[in-house]
Amino acid sequence: MTNDTQLAPKPTAGAPTTRSLPTVLKQVPWRSVAIVVPFLAVFIALSIGSPAFLSAQNIGNVLDRQSGILIVAAAATLVLIAGGIDLSVGATYMFTAVICGTIIVRVGGEAGAALGIIVGILAGLVVGLINGIISTYLKINPLIATLAMSFIILGATKLVSQFGKEGIGQIRVDFPEFRWLALTKPLGISLPTWIAFIVIVILGIVLWRTTFGRYVYAAGGNAEAARLAGIRVDGVRIATFAIAGTAAGLAGVIDLARTPSAPENDAIATTLTFTVLAGIVVGGTSILGGEGAIWRTVLGILFIAMLYNGFTLLRIDPLFQGIALGVIILVAVGFDAWSKFRRR
Amino acid sequence: MPETAAVDAPQLHVELRGVGKSFNGLPVLADIDLTLEPGTVHALVGENGAGKSTLSKIISGVYSADTGQLLVNGQEASFGSPREALAQGIATIAQELALVPELTVAENVFLGSEPRTLGWINRKKLRAAYAAIAESTGFDLPGDTVVGGLRTADQQKVEIMRALARGASLIIMDEPTAALSAHDTELLHGVVRRLAASGRTVLLISHFLGEVLELSDSVTILRDGRHIRTALAVDETESTLIESMLGRTLGSVFPDKPPHDADGDVVLSVRDLVAPGVYGVSFDVRAGEIVGLAGLVGAGRSEIAHAIFGAAPRNAGTVAIDGAETPNTIAGSLKRGIFLIPESRKDQGLVLGRPIRDNVTLSNMGQVAPRGWVSSGVERRASRTMLDRVTVGGDDRRAVSALSGGNQQKVLFGRALQGSRRLLIADEPTRGVDVGSRRAIYDLIAEQARQGIGVLVISSDVEEVLGLAHRVLVIRSGQIVGEFAGDQLTEENIITAAFADPITNESQ
Repeated sequence: MTNDTQLAPKPTAGAPTTRSLPTVLKQVPWRSVAIVVPFLAVFIALSIGSPAFLSAQNIGNVLDRQSGILIVAAAATLVLIAGGIDLSVGATYMFTAVICGTIIVRVGGEAGAALGIIVGILAGLVVGLINGIISTYLKINPLIATLAMSFIILGATKLVSQFGKEGIGQIRVDFPEFRWLALTKPLGISLPTWIAFIVIVILGIVLWRTTFGRYVYAAGGNAEAARLAGIRVDGVRIATFAIAGTAAGLAGVIDLARTPSAPENDAIATTLTFTVLAGIVVGGTSILGGEGAIWRTVLGILFIAMLYNGFTLLRIDPLFQGIALGVIILVAVGFDAWSKFRRR
Repeated sequence: MPETAAVDAPQLHVELRGVGKSFNGLPVLADIDLTLEPGTVHALVGENGAGKSTLSKIISGVYSADTGQLLVNGQEASFGSPREALAQGIATIAQELALVPELTVAENVFLGSEPRTLGWINRKKLRAAYAAIAESTGFDLPGDTVVGGLRTADQQKVEIMRALARGASLIIMDEPTAALSAHDTELLHGVVRRLAASGRTVLLISHFLGEVLELSDSVTILRDGRHIRTALAVDETESTLIESMLGRTLGSVFPDKPPHDADGDVVLSVRDLVAPGVYGVSFDVRAGEIVGLAGLVGAGRSEIAHAIFGAAPRNAGTVAIDGAETPNTIAGSLKRGIFLIPESRKDQGLVLGRPIRDNVTLSNMGQVAPRGWVSSGVERRASRTMLDRVTVGGDDRRAVSALSGGNQQKVLFGRALQGSRRLLIADEPTRGVDVGSRRAIYDLIAEQARQGIGVLVISSDVEEVLGLAHRVLVIRSGQIVGEFAGDQLTEENIITAAFADPITNESQ
């Protein structure tokens, strides 16, 4: 089971290795590697099928664009493992971007940028704490609690944005004092990619190697057993929601710096939430809690991103993207159920 | 579909010939020959992992055999699912009940075969059909009660009636009395006898050898997936069964009671405790003393344990360890040295999807993870040390769900053996545990007392309480109604106290 919790090497580094499949095929713990096989298959297929795919520029672009969603998905994985679910990450992401943008527009300068970043992230933390508290102490099912919260947050977003806009249109923050966050490229890799990498590594280690990580698994695996073992299950769950909210805040700020205009479209929030959940589930983390790993989610999200990128490179009509993704989710979850059944 | 249970099911003659089954290349059953005669009670005994459940699942269509044949009334049968087996009249009463908690007793009994008029459920017919079944079993259970609120014992009755309602003529019962009180067990035994008398076959899987000998006509002993022998129950004794199940002789079932000082230090002191299901309980447990809590299922024994452990709100009264009051939180209780091994290891004890190691160290992360950082070396050694003490071998990175019931229980003991301990509460420590592991668990309990720890053992098995405890408190309706030690410690005294309700006594 340890291979379940270890952090995988960065999936894009180097060419994938091939091994004599038939011999190892029987010993493979199918469930724990489920995502790895299709990931490598699509990676290899695209590398062969489209010369543009395996270029440093294309891979770099994909990673840069996925950094925000990777941060959110990694944190939301904790929520799922602990037995919760957060449907409000997309709304929070947009909310924090708008708050950050409004502050930058209103305050201006370096002070405005710094304040915007800090307040944006803290806003995410506050939303996460509220999600956690209402879904534990108030005993509202987290699915409903965070669904309701996302409507509230989307409304609040519109309220805030009125202060940041001059007339109609979007909040634009095209200021160098802020945009360095997205434009800096230490060691040739964009800063958002670095931040996502660091967040993933930290959350992965937290889950794998800390007491808190253990408690997250126990809270989702068997809440009553965890409680009787002396674990404050509610506290653990609130912490996972707080982490997810903070991550959504961070992602909102980073993507604001990348774009650099605050998105104000409910569909963007919804799509983000769905993609995050899709990535987690495709990665193989159980929606019932108690099982899963961050690295799986990373592969899940990158798998979806890679697929979309491949559709673009191969000039396939984008309308098939949604259909393909839907089918993939069904296959992934179906496979999961099948391998559980097989384990009996 | 039969409308009522009054329709007598045809007699079934089930035979297994050379049946074998493997999981992941590991043989679980090999070359089993077995004949189940209609109108008999046939018991299946063996240690956990001997293949009893697998065998019963092959008969009931959950699994299909890899080799050999299953013959039903002389014809080869191959069931693809329990539903197909049921259509032939084979039903299982599982350990884990499968009822719809929101529906009533009668609705559950006839679930899927409700008497209908033009597609609508005919309530009147349903009531009549239910009354017929309830009468034939002698179960006193109102048909319009919602199942969710029933005790496990009563839910089990619903399951049995459901099997009968579907015209089952071979009924497989897997540990049917494990969760039942003495009274309900007697009732169930009556039902089993009546089933056999009406020409049905009962395949009984039970760890209670007394029950097996008393109830069954023939006994089949399995060991390591092999058929050791089938014999008439009258020709067997508990010790011949145990010998064959283990392949060796077992000493006494219970270890010697550790010596204890009747005037020793008081470890646990409970005064006027009031909590949900607990109505004013006061008692002491001394160092090195094993105190048994006896009583019927639902009498409030587990509730007392939870209130002491801080797992339930305390409305009044005090709980003190070594004279100092304990906080009403689980974390606080653990810190003061109280450990609880809960009643249901699957629901309250283990995180089944996680490795054995994580489960052993779960409530002691402070020791294996200084400052919240899990040190794998420290954890590995701590886990190994604990598992060695409770005699669980093998790689502790395996999922805990892969262990047998007995070993799972030992893992929970391992968890409870860490840290500074003053009081160990073991709630039904041997439920669903095989004979071999049972002795190991008794040894662990006695060993704790020998080390000067106070032990509170809760058990529905009166023999177990008698065999282990120095002193027994009998609980009824959330209160202590009897206390027995020394010469007074007899089965009769305990059972009398557990049942002696002045009101029901007069009416019976």
